[in-house]
Amino acid sequence: MTTSPYEHHEYDVLIIGAGGAGLRAAIEAKQRGLKVGIITKSLLGKAHTVMAEGGMAAAMGNVYDEDNWMVHFRDTMRGGKMLNNYRMAELHAKESPERVMELEQWGALFDRTKDGKILQRDFGGHRYARLAHVGDRTGLELIRTLQQKVVSMGTDVFMECKVLKLVHDSSGRIAGCVAYWRASGEFVTFSAKAIILATGGVGKSWKFTSNSWESTGDGHAMALWAGAQLIDMECIQFHPTGMVWPLSVRGLLVTEGVRGDGGVLRNSEGERFMFRYVADMFRAETAESEEEGDRWYDDHTAGRRPPELLPRDEVARAINAEVKAGRGSPHGGVYLDIGSRRSAEFIRRRLPSMYHQFMELAGVDITREAMEIGPTCHYAMGGVKVDADTAATAVAGLFAAGEVAGGMHGANRLGGNSLSDLVVFGRRAGMGAAEYVEGGQGPSDFDMAEAEAAVAEALAPFERTEGENPYDIQRDLQEMMQANVGIIRTGAEIEAAIEQLEEFSERVKNIAVKGGRAYNPGWNLATDLPSMISVSKCVSLGARERKESRGGHTREDFPKADAEYGKYNFAHSMTGDHWAAEITTEKSPLLEIPQELATLLEEAK
Amino acid sequence: MAEVTMRVWRGDASGGDFENYTLTRNEGEVVLDVIHRIQATEAPDLACRWNCKAGKCGSCSAEINGKPSLMCMTRLDELPEGPITVTPMKTFPIIRDLVTDVSFNFEMAARVPALLPPPMPAEGYRMYQEDVKRSQEFRKCIECFLCQDVCHVIRDHEENKQHYAGPRFFIRYAELEMHPLDTNDRRDLVREDMGLGYCNITKCCTEVCPEHIKITDNAIIALKERVVDATYDPVAWLGRKIRRRTKKSAAEAAVQPAP
Repeated sequence: MTTSPYEHHEYDVLIIGAGGAGLRAAIEAKQRGLKVGIITKSLLGKAHTVMAEGGMAAAMGNVYDEDNWMVHFRDTMRGGKMLNNYRMAELHAKESPERVMELEQWGALFDRTKDGKILQRDFGGHRYARLAHVGDRTGLELIRTLQQKVVSMGTDVFMECKVLKLVHDSSGRIAGCVAYWRASGEFVTFSAKAIILATGGVGKSWKFTSNSWESTGDGHAMALWAGAQLIDMECIQFHPTGMVWPLSVRGLLVTEGVRGDGGVLRNSEGERFMFRYVADMFRAETAESEEEGDRWYDDHTAGRRPPELLPRDEVARAINAEVKAGRGSPHGGVYLDIGSRRSAEFIRRRLPSMYHQFMELAGVDITREAMEIGPTCHYAMGGVKVDADTAATAVAGLFAAGEVAGGMHGANRLGGNSLSDLVVFGRRAGMGAAEYVEGGQGPSDFDMAEAEAAVAEALAPFERTEGENPYDIQRDLQEMMQANVGIIRTGAEIEAAIEQLEEFSERVKNIAVKGGRAYNPGWNLATDLPSMISVSKCVSLGARERKESRGGHTREDFPKADAEYGKYNFAHSMTGDHWAAEITTEKSPLLEIPQELATLLEEAK
Repeated sequence: MAEVTMRVWRGDASGGDFENYTLTRNEGEVVLDVIHRIQATEAPDLACRWNCKAGKCGSCSAEINGKPSLMCMTRLDELPEGPITVTPMKTFPIIRDLVTDVSFNFEMAARVPALLPPPMPAEGYRMYQEDVKRSQEFRKCIECFLCQDVCHVIRDHEENKQHYAGPRFFIRYAELEMHPLDTNDRRDLVREDMGLGYCNITKCCTEVCPEHIKITDNAIIALKERVVDATYDPVAWLGRKIRRRTKKSAAEAAVQPAP
């Protein structure tokens, strides 16, 4: 038993994050008979998974018989510009069909084919229609299904509880964490034999993002601080289609399903400009004319896929270039048009929440009018370096799954591969952590001094009467990262970002918080800022080192991919024990792809 | 430049009062945008829940000019001229400012007997769109709990929370009842322990549902009919005796382990 000055709980497996990966991990560990707890910053069922719209990719072959895991593996690796951890891409492609189907045992109801199987839809970068979906609210279906399963198993869920820091034992293993209840501001410690990070993304450090307030990179940062490595942090996905107007909803996601279901992109001259932006790598499989592309929607053997369905990095860069060339829409985006191409009934049935989102927030009827869209910060490909099979990190007892883990998606994630990533690697993390615990490798003690130091730092802003408003720091950070480490980057801007991030670290030390500890968003934000800054540093350091353009990392000063840089990831680690300590960046060679898998990638078509 | 005045309830379980904030008005803004601007400037400790800001997560529920609404989906330009009043949901205990303790709903969720499907065939279940679409309507629920907030059975009678699940859970029970794979029978449970009979179908819940789920017509009334059939209809009763039962009784259902 650990003696704690705070409220204290003990678990075999503790999961931080209650999105798709965290909940799936909990189910797995719980099924093994272990004592499992889940901590979430929000209420259960509100995690960012709920925002996923289009679907989850799995080569079930329900619509196209030709589909199988090998094609899915190939699409994922090519979409990731070959920077992926091949083993993760392999496991993901092989296991996702089973993970999708098991959701129906727990109550999920996907849309159906005529013969009663799970219907699959087209998405960018996937050769065949592959995304299991429920209209355009697939993430809601996933999270609700897993949530209901977790609740029916009687798992403990700590809601609105923010973890500040992971805690080690005296030998450096993970021993638990320290957190606070948002409702009361009271602190709480958790002992755990193993911890699974499933904290999601980092998008809140950019001004225009599809991510919610929660996406502050807490798991990324806590792993870094605890001694794990982060890889590929420079690879940030800017989703091509975010809303651009009204300003208050700028960045809000518009599902790729709009394009999968027939929507096309046009510039201010009415031109379907994507035909001018087909990279050599994708030329053989992309339509050459509008007629050819249009034939493809009904029958994938009658033509090649339209260029609107290239991987997201390609489309986002093209939109950016059109706007820069002066062919943008009035509010600085381009047009996404489905209203002139599909019937109103089809649009309302296939894309109900997009219809409502535009009608209610922008006053735009997408069955009649084109949407104005532009790139929005959406997803972190980079994350904690893990072992593909077990989700184990370099720190004993620490596991990571979902967006917080790196490697699966390489330099660019294909749409639909995220929801399937959550359940494939959520389950594997649950298994990996369970095996670690069952193997008796747990911690020997709990370093309470580590927890107390984190508490003292969290409380410091209350002691300052004069100081900065945390919201000012957040706003400045978002504007700085948007300007300097956004969709298109240059060496000088990245250097400026790295310099300014040190200033941001200093500013955090001077925050003053108004009010008490109970449900105080200003204070909550003050405790998120260290994560946001640590993550931003890793993104900037990776961006400085990668002197090429690849996937979600585009350098104006190095516009082409460089084969040499395709051989390794950049890995970040930290030696000091304070969040603002120095971060070191090194090359980390990619895993070598076995011959039989390499053959799948060489096939050009 | 045009301005907007927000009357926001501030306080905690021990009491509170309205505070006024006057800000400039921006084109296209929703109520949550203005709350965020207040947080970022005058009142960083103003408590409110939110996540997606797109009507998909159901976190930012509150009462705007007295009407239960999502703050992220209520545009300023659709509200009448004059100050905008924002108060926390009335049915749930106050934590702070606009944040309420909604744990009642999580307790009710834990009491729902899980889906109990037949074993899954290797190639997955076969179900048809026309059979899944009824339950799919209810699975659109984003758990904003506005229907619970507006329901007068618990809004005005705290004591009813002991034995009344509320509209959110009636659609959950309806979803399971109509689920093509489910073999559990929860009808006695819904009638005896979940208080379905207290609902007198005033449709307030349907009116506030941001997902436009026809809670009363498609879930509650359908569920009432099925529960009545199970209890009082002699023909249905006889039919069940003669034909092989396909659903388990509520008592059996409650103890069934999930797959």
